[in-house]
Amino acid sequence: MSSTTELLKGAAELFPGEVVTQAHVRHLDLPFGAGRFALITLDNGLDHTKPTTFGPQSLANLDAAIDQVEKEAADGTITGIGLTGKPFIFAVGADLKGVELLSRHEDALAIGKGGHDVFRRLSGLAVPTFAYYNGAAMGGGVEVGLHCSYRTVSKALPAFSLPEVFLGLVPGWGGCALLPNLIGADRAVSVIIENSLNQNRQLKGKQVFELGIADALFEGADFLEQSLIWTANVLKGSVSVERAEVDRGDAWDAAVARGRAIADSKVHGAAPAAYRALDIIAAAKDGDLSAGFDAEDQALADLIMGGELRSGIYAFNLVQKRAKRPAGAPDKNLARPVTKVGVVGAGLMASQLALLFLRRLEVPVVLTDIDQERVDKGVGYVHAEIEKLLGKGRINQDKANRLKGLVSGVLDKAEGFADADFVIEAVFEEIGVKQQVFAEVEAVAPAHAILATNTSSLSVTEMASKLKNPERVVGFHFFNPVAILPLLEIVRGEQTDDASLATAFGVARKLKKTAVLVKDAPAFVVNRILTRFMGEIQNVIDEGTPVEVAEKAVEPLGLPMSPLVLLELVGPAIGLHVSETLNRSFPERFTVSQNLAAVVKAGKRGFYVYDSGAPVLDPEVAALLKQGDTVLTEEQTRDRVLDAVAQEIGLMLDEGVVAEAQDIDLCLITGAGWPFHLGGITPYLDREGVSQRVNGKPFLAQGVASVPA
Amino acid sequence: MPRTIRDVVFVDGVRTPFGKAGPKGIYHETRADDLVVKAIRELLRRNPDLDPKKIDEVAIAATTQIGDQGLTLGRTAGILAGLPQSVPGYSIDRMCAGALTAVTSTAGSIAFGAYDVVVAGGVEHMGRHPMGEGVDPNPRFVSEKLVDESALFMGMTAENLHDRYPTITKQRADEYAVRSQEKAAKAYANGKIQQDLVPVSVRRTNAEAGETGWGLVTADEPMRPGTTLESLAGLKTPFRAHGRVTAGNAAGLNDGATASLLAAEDVARELGLPVKMRLVSYAFAGVEPEVMGYGPIPATEKALAQAGLSISDIGLFEINEAFAVQVLAFLEHYGIADDDARVNQYGGAIAYGHPLASSGVRLMTQLARQFEEQPEVRYGLTTMCVGFGMGATVIWENPNFDGGNK
Repeated sequence: MSSTTELLKGAAELFPGEVVTQAHVRHLDLPFGAGRFALITLDNGLDHTKPTTFGPQSLANLDAAIDQVEKEAADGTITGIGLTGKPFIFAVGADLKGVELLSRHEDALAIGKGGHDVFRRLSGLAVPTFAYYNGAAMGGGVEVGLHCSYRTVSKALPAFSLPEVFLGLVPGWGGCALLPNLIGADRAVSVIIENSLNQNRQLKGKQVFELGIADALFEGADFLEQSLIWTANVLKGSVSVERAEVDRGDAWDAAVARGRAIADSKVHGAAPAAYRALDIIAAAKDGDLSAGFDAEDQALADLIMGGELRSGIYAFNLVQKRAKRPAGAPDKNLARPVTKVGVVGAGLMASQLALLFLRRLEVPVVLTDIDQERVDKGVGYVHAEIEKLLGKGRINQDKANRLKGLVSGVLDKAEGFADADFVIEAVFEEIGVKQQVFAEVEAVAPAHAILATNTSSLSVTEMASKLKNPERVVGFHFFNPVAILPLLEIVRGEQTDDASLATAFGVARKLKKTAVLVKDAPAFVVNRILTRFMGEIQNVIDEGTPVEVAEKAVEPLGLPMSPLVLLELVGPAIGLHVSETLNRSFPERFTVSQNLAAVVKAGKRGFYVYDSGAPVLDPEVAALLKQGDTVLTEEQTRDRVLDAVAQEIGLMLDEGVVAEAQDIDLCLITGAGWPFHLGGITPYLDREGVSQRVNGKPFLAQGVASVPA
Repeated sequence: MPRTIRDVVFVDGVRTPFGKAGPKGIYHETRADDLVVKAIRELLRRNPDLDPKKIDEVAIAATTQIGDQGLTLGRTAGILAGLPQSVPGYSIDRMCAGALTAVTSTAGSIAFGAYDVVVAGGVEHMGRHPMGEGVDPNPRFVSEKLVDESALFMGMTAENLHDRYPTITKQRADEYAVRSQEKAAKAYANGKIQQDLVPVSVRRTNAEAGETGWGLVTADEPMRPGTTLESLAGLKTPFRAHGRVTAGNAAGLNDGATASLLAAEDVARELGLPVKMRLVSYAFAGVEPEVMGYGPIPATEKALAQAGLSISDIGLFEINEAFAVQVLAFLEHYGIADDDARVNQYGGAIAYGHPLASSGVRLMTQLARQFEEQPEVRYGLTTMCVGFGMGATVIWENPNFDGGNK
């Protein structure tokens, strides 16, 4: 038994639930008399909805297949070896479920080494090896191909990536060492670091070829045939493969520096994976692959045993799995069909909502407002956006005609909503106004119509309280920009019934939003946490800590923007308004910053000026600030802010605002852009000991987003 | 409106290798429409001067037009093959003469001026669609004795043809079959066949059928080189006790697809497309369904009469070998020797297989190759028998004809 076999056998025992990939070896005659060829097909025996992955037994199967072809190659009975996947899938890398189970450093090391030991054999056989990327290829799937002598890729390939850094790993089965040596460090940094940290951006087949990862590109309809014909030509020497020379000079160092700048801008040093990957890329400059592979093994083992990877996998499971089965949503079958939508209000938010409903539901959407001019403006906005989509080629003329024909505006609600199944209001945030609007809608809309409110802070229950049928009112809270942020907080009022709620979830699914069920509590989830978070930053500033110290203190959280930049984006006046609202509900925890009030009163729309490009505190704002004399360090500031956030989340869970801490993280990732690699916030709070300090217990059981016991 | 009949030419023809129908066959896990797609794409790849936009029609034949052979295959296969959406397509059926009829129908339309360039071909995946799948013959056929009960069983019609030609013995049929296998093996050895085959990738998940995973088919699966009279002698006669028709002297049950490119001759010249054969005449004829193998004889009579030719003008024959007896009956009728060198020079369907509606274009592709090699021949003929008592014949002229004897 070889050491690899033993290594994989040991690893397999730790992962009894592996979906095992077979490595089928089949022989064929290449065209043009190019000889007998062994083609290995990676296939887990399931359809394309269950992509092929590599766990320890799968690697052992590939190892055994390589044993067979290695011998045939040495004996001279075959002239080449190929590797491809089942229909639509090449291979999507390591089975993460197996990685989640690992709790010892040596087991983690074995996974890295096991993959390397098997894959690298493909570069040391007596005949050339070919990878045919026929379909989705990710992580270890990409890497196994990188060990081959040549690669082809299908134009129909929809997704190709090294997503490890995105999850909190490094491409550790050869990716970090091989890719820069194949396509140069700069392009490798784009694939390994830049794409990964941009929400795991995927490459298409054509880009894989253009980057030089694949040597030939063929259409999907006869990809494998053309790849094998090409292979025959390569083996016979009638096609020669030319690759661009890799620049091993300053360009290599510049690429690594560019990678570090990207990592800094995305994770601010708070997650180690990108930096570990860059270290290996930097070292790979000398072309010493063995050293590179050893470094990959170490990095993989360290990262698997670190909390960041577990947070990344946790976040991945939240958005891939939990988001598709919202906790607490009622039976789908209770949902009523929605064939016409009414929108009350024709302002910017209402118009954005109208556009979204129109594009996703493709049903008539009617806007109403208090005067014709506003109605016309709202409809005009939607028409203009449709034109933009047409101009960009995102929709064709027929679709544009259809969408424009579906949107209309009327002054008379009775005319507009008489046959609507779903009416959403986006009028001024004032409970009396909203109650009035719903009363008017109820008078004219059918009895079954859902009345939805886009309120961000008012009580849904109170809004429904004066209606004849309060059970059909739901909160439908979108996040700005509506077209981009996936989160939709669906708020159940005290009297909301299951059918209405099911209809709301059904609509959310069609809108392609990540719906989270939220109790009717002040400011729901995202705004409540953000307001508590911002409030604590403001408290610290108001008490005397310099603005730049406070801002820098939370950089390790890897937020998409600093707190004050976010407040500028939201608008200081709105931020102030929300803090006042929450202050009324929870005066002991939510303060109203007098400095913020002063900024708003002075009519300032922001805190910074950007004359030099970088943000500089606006001198006029600085002049308004009245600070105390308690100056905290960054660390002290961070502790205070995190303590506040941990306390608030703990209270929200106690109140039952959402089902579980997982929903809090899902909301923060999809509604506020909080970082994936930290798993939102609760895994970070647990790991840093904040949850224990503040609440006496972690938010998540060990193993959920951390190394299991 | 004045109208000029235009000459129609056979520009090119390709096919997939043929497979054996059934769970162990090479195409058992391959869709029929995919076979058509591979053939069409190969045709386009081989003729890069042809802008696919210029294709006016895609006519694809299949006998059993359901499932992956349904959904108006000419249209769907065109889209799947990556042809522009502006190129229309349709399906066509005349059982075994499906692809041949796809050629003649579109050729007629080219001559009429409706089309300039067309794709015509056929497919039959007899593994996925066994003969007779889903058929529902009208009971009047039998109750009113419109046809004999044997008419629907091709093997029985072949036995009936033996009855009509008592001199065509099982021995002669077997000898013919052995020669077909020999000629096919020789054609393979000389590389005559492979040049018009498109390799097809095939997946196998059933380990009982052989090595699993993806493979590549580059050769016909049904061929049995080395077949001897002795090995044929012992085969069963499944269609009649002590009969003459066996699996050895008939074509098998097969999977495969063909595609050809036809054009108006002036258009082909203008576009720089090759001209491999020029269409002279075509004809179809009906006979008693229970001796359907007789069909090529009256069809050929009609086609020759139209062209003003006699059988002695024909220098090369490509006769579909549904059954050896059906070829022998044709030869006997015209007084041609069983082993005449003009007949099926590369062997025939007994060796390569006969995926029903695809076979017509195989005959043409092989005749076109023979024309290239034999410029002394002016005219050639492709003919086949068709279920329910029909025959189909197309006469072609060799554009390479050098004015020699024939």
